[in-house]
Amino acid sequence: MTTQHDISRQWTTRARHGLLSALPADKLLPDGQPTYVASWIYVFGVATVSALVMVIATGCVLAIYGPTWWHVSSIGHFVNSLHLWSVEVFFFAMIVHLWGKFFMAAWRGGRALTWMTGGVTFLTSIGAGLTGYVSQTNFDAQWIATQAKDGINSTGIGSVFNLLDLGQMLMWHIVLLPLAAVALTGLHVLMVRVKGVVPPFATETEHHHG
Amino acid sequence: MYFETLVGAVFPLTHPGHYFHWHFINVSYGNIVVIVLMVVAFVAALVAPFPGRGRRGGHR
Repeated sequence: MTTQHDISRQWTTRARHGLLSALPADKLLPDGQPTYVASWIYVFGVATVSALVMVIATGCVLAIYGPTWWHVSSIGHFVNSLHLWSVEVFFFAMIVHLWGKFFMAAWRGGRALTWMTGGVTFLTSIGAGLTGYVSQTNFDAQWIATQAKDGINSTGIGSVFNLLDLGQMLMWHIVLLPLAAVALTGLHVLMVRVKGVVPPFATETEHHHG
Repeated sequence: MYFETLVGAVFPLTHPGHYFHWHFINVSYGNIVVIVLMVVAFVAALVAPFPGRGRRGGHR
């Protein structure tokens, strides 16, 4: 017979209690933010996420119609350009976000995992950018692949990551790296919600002394 | 077509890129422009007033 004690020891029960205590609904979707968040420097994180949404959406449209469409049709060119420029906005906003968080020392107050997931997302995005350039199926892609292969081979990962293999690069670009980037971004945003936005130095000092 | 011709006249995309080269530093002028714009956006984000900051009440 299943007792209340048995139910409370189930992994689903323990996981639910753990998740709800770490991230209650009012922390996951809060009504307001601390006053210090009213600054343009805090806008670049959400700008990065917005650009990522646009990157994924335009990438899905490119995946539906394929290379011939994005090379020869006007609307294909347009969606291809949207994909490129949303990536430009993504990296631009992410770098400004990175500078802002670096000078805030945003890893303070138990936020190391938030900082590290951000760093790994940045590295993953660089991989997604490179595989995107070599997946264009044009001369630009061939040029970049032949120029970059020696650098990649010098790192020792060339045996499992071949820039000249279009099929492999395309699948890294449209399956593995987007999955990793979206999962890491999700974890990063959840960590921000769990720990809250890092306070400015002065506010933190007041908080400790007050 | 007119637009492409106009853009091509200002930014000739069929020619090799131009690079800033000093010792081991080798950066295309296009990338320098982007880096400068990022620095400008960073500084502007620190100094530009945020709309509604005075009115808004926060948690702290």
